[in-house]
Amino acid sequence: MANAQEAAAPNLGPAVELRHLHKWYGEFHVLKDINLTVRHGERVVVCGPSGSGKSTMIRCINRLEEHQRGHLFVDGLELTNDLKQIEAIRKEVGMVFQHFNLFPHMTVLENLILGPTWVRKVPRGEAIETAMMYLERVKIPEQAQKYPGQLSGGQQQRVAIARSLCMKPKIMLFDEPTSALDPEMIKEVLDVMVELAEEGMTMVCVTHEMGFARTVGDTMVFMDEGEIVEMEAPEEFFSNPKNERTKLFLSQILSH
Amino acid sequence: MTDTTEKHEDWSRPPATEVGIIGWLRKNLFSNWFNSILSLLAIYLIITTVPGMVEWALINSVWGDKSPEICREAKGACWAFIYEKHRFIFFGVYPYEQHWRPLVAMIIFLTLIFGSCVKPLWKLGWWIAVAWAVGLVMVGILMWGGVFGLKYVDQNQWGGLPLTLFLATFGTVFAFPLGILLALGRRSRMPAIRSLSVAYIELIRGVPLISILFMASVMFPLFLPAGISIDTLLRAQVGIILFGAAYGAEIIRAGLQAIPRGQYEAADAMGLSYWQSMRKIILPQALRITIPPMVNGFIGGFKDTSLVVIIGLFDLLMTSRVAFQDINWRPFFVEGYLFCAAIYFCFCFFMSRYSQWLEKDLAKGQNH
Repeated sequence: MANAQEAAAPNLGPAVELRHLHKWYGEFHVLKDINLTVRHGERVVVCGPSGSGKSTMIRCINRLEEHQRGHLFVDGLELTNDLKQIEAIRKEVGMVFQHFNLFPHMTVLENLILGPTWVRKVPRGEAIETAMMYLERVKIPEQAQKYPGQLSGGQQQRVAIARSLCMKPKIMLFDEPTSALDPEMIKEVLDVMVELAEEGMTMVCVTHEMGFARTVGDTMVFMDEGEIVEMEAPEEFFSNPKNERTKLFLSQILSH
Repeated sequence: MTDTTEKHEDWSRPPATEVGIIGWLRKNLFSNWFNSILSLLAIYLIITTVPGMVEWALINSVWGDKSPEICREAKGACWAFIYEKHRFIFFGVYPYEQHWRPLVAMIIFLTLIFGSCVKPLWKLGWWIAVAWAVGLVMVGILMWGGVFGLKYVDQNQWGGLPLTLFLATFGTVFAFPLGILLALGRRSRMPAIRSLSVAYIELIRGVPLISILFMASVMFPLFLPAGISIDTLLRAQVGIILFGAAYGAEIIRAGLQAIPRGQYEAADAMGLSYWQSMRKIILPQALRITIPPMVNGFIGGFKDTSLVVIIGLFDLLMTSRVAFQDINWRPFFVEGYLFCAAIYFCFCFFMSRYSQWLEKDLAKGQNH
């Protein structure tokens, strides 16, 4: 009973909360005391040099990686080893990967309706309708019957975004969504993401697209060597970085 | 030849040495000196052996209902032996006057198998399963009898081609899903399940099929309480299934490992449960990759069924051999083996071709 009531009431707490999170790969300390709170509707952009733990951090949020210390709450539910809890959280959290990870043996449409029909138990007809609506929004409805291998990288990534949206997630995670794309395809993907942000989607986004970060970001997070070094609003972050490591990083990526 | 105008004319087409018969010969048979020697050697072998074989098998051979004496005098193959013994080779010691029963059963069985391979029929879905259920009941009634006025025939009397087909088909059909489970078990995160799977696979793979069959037939009954006995045929069948599953598991595991990690992660991120993601995402891709080695295994398994002779079952190979134990026909064992080999070849060749078609069909549209 208590659970049902909780689920029905809108959760006024944070969308995602990481408290004193630690993670090790063997002896290697990848995440060191991470504290991060993401409000509903907030757009957080995470950047940092490679190997800084930023991907590992957002992969903890939907349990693709397991944290070993600290607490992680998603939409009020704590992530523990409880499988039911993990599946419940994954339903609400969409993820877009660097390498798209579309299912190559299914058509675009089948990719899109798989989650809704099997996880959310939405009737097939309704799932197809929703899927077409999202394909429309990422501007490739005509590709519905094709296989992922027949699409360009940019189109595949837009399909991947639509696939996540079909699950009607409350939070979207983006793990370097444009890093594997040819330059001319980056814009079409970023456009979709900007649109999504303008609709008020809660987003945590690992990216080096600083233009995008400036346009839509509410909070910039800079990570290095497994720590959050700096966390600021974008104007402050770009114009007046405080930490030396942040300055160095920004000078490197903004120099050309 | 060095005339420039002539050269220009030639440019509209590839040089004569690159196309047509000469081009083909150059490309395929005489591309370099080593290949040329091999080609000449092969041609020599064909010229020296093929005419002799044709003469033996077709021209000087004895066909139809002829006596062994005529065969002995002839210089060629004695197909009269096959004519005389074919019913024994096909059906073994099944009562002679009842041979129509295994014949009809085999036709039903083969219809089911080949029918299940036809793509347009796949959309019948569950009706295929219904057809199998009904078909197998009919096969059972025909083979055993004891109802509808059919004389009861004990399965100790089954033999020949039906026996080989049953052992191979059920061996494949049951070993395959068991192999999938073992492969998943071996990659499981749960230590108990993983070690059990590893132990099973390594144990069974480390032992020859003959010894498994032998143990199933000789040692296993020793452990059963007195009064309970499990039929030899069933024991052989179980032995074949358990053996095939261990090999299949390793093939499938290779397929599972070939699937990129991103596929598992995308399925997880979507909230699919373990079994959902295996069924919808991982296995469809993994099994497609493993079609060639898997069919290799099926073909091997089909031929391995001939080992059941060690526990006294009369499969196709054994009935062929028993056929030329007949004192009158003893010299004609070559014909017996050839006939038997031809039957094996038909089935194995079908499996091979079918798998190639299936591979291509499943790949449609998925690649660039």
